[in-house]
Amino acid sequence: MPQPLFYLFAILAALGAISMILNRNPVASALSMVGAFVGMAALFIGLHAYLVGIMQILVYAGAIMVLFIFIIMLLDLQPGKPRSLKAASVAAGCVIPVLLLMQVFGVLEQSGWERFEELDLQTAAETRSGKIEESLKEGKLPDTHLIGRTLFGTPETPGYNLPLQIIGVLLLVATVGVVVLSKKGGTESSTTKNESA
Amino acid sequence: MDLTFLIATSIKIGLFFTIVLTFVAYSVYAERRFSAIIQDRVGPNRTMIPTSILGFKNDLKLPLGGLTQPIADGLKFILKEDFTPGHVRKSFFWLAPCMTMVPSLITIAVIPFMSPIAWDNGETTISGAIADLDVGPLFIFAVSSLAVYGIAIAGWASNSKYPFLGGVRASAQMISYEIALGLSIIPVLLVFGDLNLNRIVQEQSANGWLLLPLWNEAGMIWQSSYWENGGAQRWLLWIPMVLAFIIFSISIFAETNRTPFDLAECETELVGGYHTEYSSMKFALFFLGEYAAMVVGSALIVTLFLGGWSLPFGLDGLLVDDGAFPLWASLLHMGVFLSKVVVFILFFILVRWSIPRFRYDQLMRLGWVVFFELALINIVLTALLIAKPTLDKQGPNVFWISMAGLAVFSALMFLLAKTVDEIVGPGKRTAPKSSPATAS
Repeated sequence: MPQPLFYLFAILAALGAISMILNRNPVASALSMVGAFVGMAALFIGLHAYLVGIMQILVYAGAIMVLFIFIIMLLDLQPGKPRSLKAASVAAGCVIPVLLLMQVFGVLEQSGWERFEELDLQTAAETRSGKIEESLKEGKLPDTHLIGRTLFGTPETPGYNLPLQIIGVLLLVATVGVVVLSKKGGTESSTTKNESA
Repeated sequence: MDLTFLIATSIKIGLFFTIVLTFVAYSVYAERRFSAIIQDRVGPNRTMIPTSILGFKNDLKLPLGGLTQPIADGLKFILKEDFTPGHVRKSFFWLAPCMTMVPSLITIAVIPFMSPIAWDNGETTISGAIADLDVGPLFIFAVSSLAVYGIAIAGWASNSKYPFLGGVRASAQMISYEIALGLSIIPVLLVFGDLNLNRIVQEQSANGWLLLPLWNEAGMIWQSSYWENGGAQRWLLWIPMVLAFIIFSISIFAETNRTPFDLAECETELVGGYHTEYSSMKFALFFLGEYAAMVVGSALIVTLFLGGWSLPFGLDGLLVDDGAFPLWASLLHMGVFLSKVVVFILFFILVRWSIPRFRYDQLMRLGWVVFFELALINIVLTALLIAKPTLDKQGPNVFWISMAGLAVFSALMFLLAKTVDEIVGPGKRTAPKSSPATAS
């Protein structure tokens, strides 16, 4: 990614995140968060991770934040009053960013602070086969195919097929649980309505 | 990042935007003329260029059949008073029309309008799409899913009852049908094994369009070489592909908020829906956004299921010159692609003027109980059909046992969906007795 574009999208993401916190209007906050997601997605795409970037928009900006806005609008939340700061929340607000910063520095330390190097796609192509090899030889990073191979594995390497299925079932159970919990009050009256009808 | 690439991309951006905007303008005209034919009326057939304001003595009566109507419509939208009611949330009210229009136009970027052009004596090829992304369909879904913000925000920012109901309806509907839309093309992607729209079209050019696999690399359907080279497998896969096509097309109708799914702007219940408070060019942007979404939706259907820019029966092979398409062949392909898109736009219009609107609970039931399940089953069915050769190696009955398993699974799933729908589905829910809703 050309450097000006990197700074453009990095600033977009950072500004979106900051204005999400500072805005008192819930809808404006939610929209700034969408802006932050779009900036993040553009940064992923700049790293040749097209699938991750698109998924960021499709899942977070396109589905989850729409639901947030939907709920905010339905409940008609009013702009909140400026809250007085509590010592505990200030402390948590300081500790978590420090932990995250330490993680970033940990990763940088592991890399030995060396300059970023372009991937050598031609050499990488020799260890692969099929469609992945073809696109690597053309000088393109086939990120979708690579993620698929890593996730579902090849006949030789097992991949992460089973964990993926387990996560899927877990999410399904969580969804069903939410539906059951949120329906607790309503079922009785609905059955009585059915009986009377 | 060389100069050829930059110049070619700029030309493509200008050309494709002009084409799509012209299509948008003229599909409004086509809609009015076509609906007039359906309802035995005349429609706008006599708009002419007012040459008298240009200094001529009289208006020249050119027999254009009303073709200048879109220009008159556009002028009318610009010249009308742009009225902003006093009770709206101003900044969001101004933002919403742009947020509806822009995503529909951005999605043009990945659609291959024509075949790749060989340039510089075959040194470089210029792709037929503005951005030849490897995640084409996903990009379209991601960006077009952002269009729902515009409609939801428009309804909310208008700060009045009917637009708000329209906005809420639109967002619920678009989220629901996005699921069916996304799931229904997974079988298609399984068959192609690729997410690049241009390569998908090239594959269809050689091996038959997805819905009309009448030829493949070995020959035509009436030749025996066709059947020896996997023709039977293609026709076996044709069944899930038709299913995917039906689900996908109907979900596109719901995504573009057109009749029979235009509950968000349903005049009989909601005045004008989410754009009730809008006037002049701001209203026109919603209007154009809807039509642009329709044009892009048709283009996507054509690209995925009906061979995009390719000619039928492998005729593309005759146009190849030195292993690539010359410029005139690419332009011919663009004509082919646009004619297919026109057919689909006319189909959209035909449906709008012949099918009455759904009720809201019917719409939700169709999305969640029928299409969602059908699309999921379709994915498993396609995967099994593709894996049939591998499964047959493991044992003679493995394939049929898996098919029986799929049948049991589908029956259970429809039963479950129907049961859940009957208990808590739309129209069945009542508020809990203990806490009546209080108006704030």
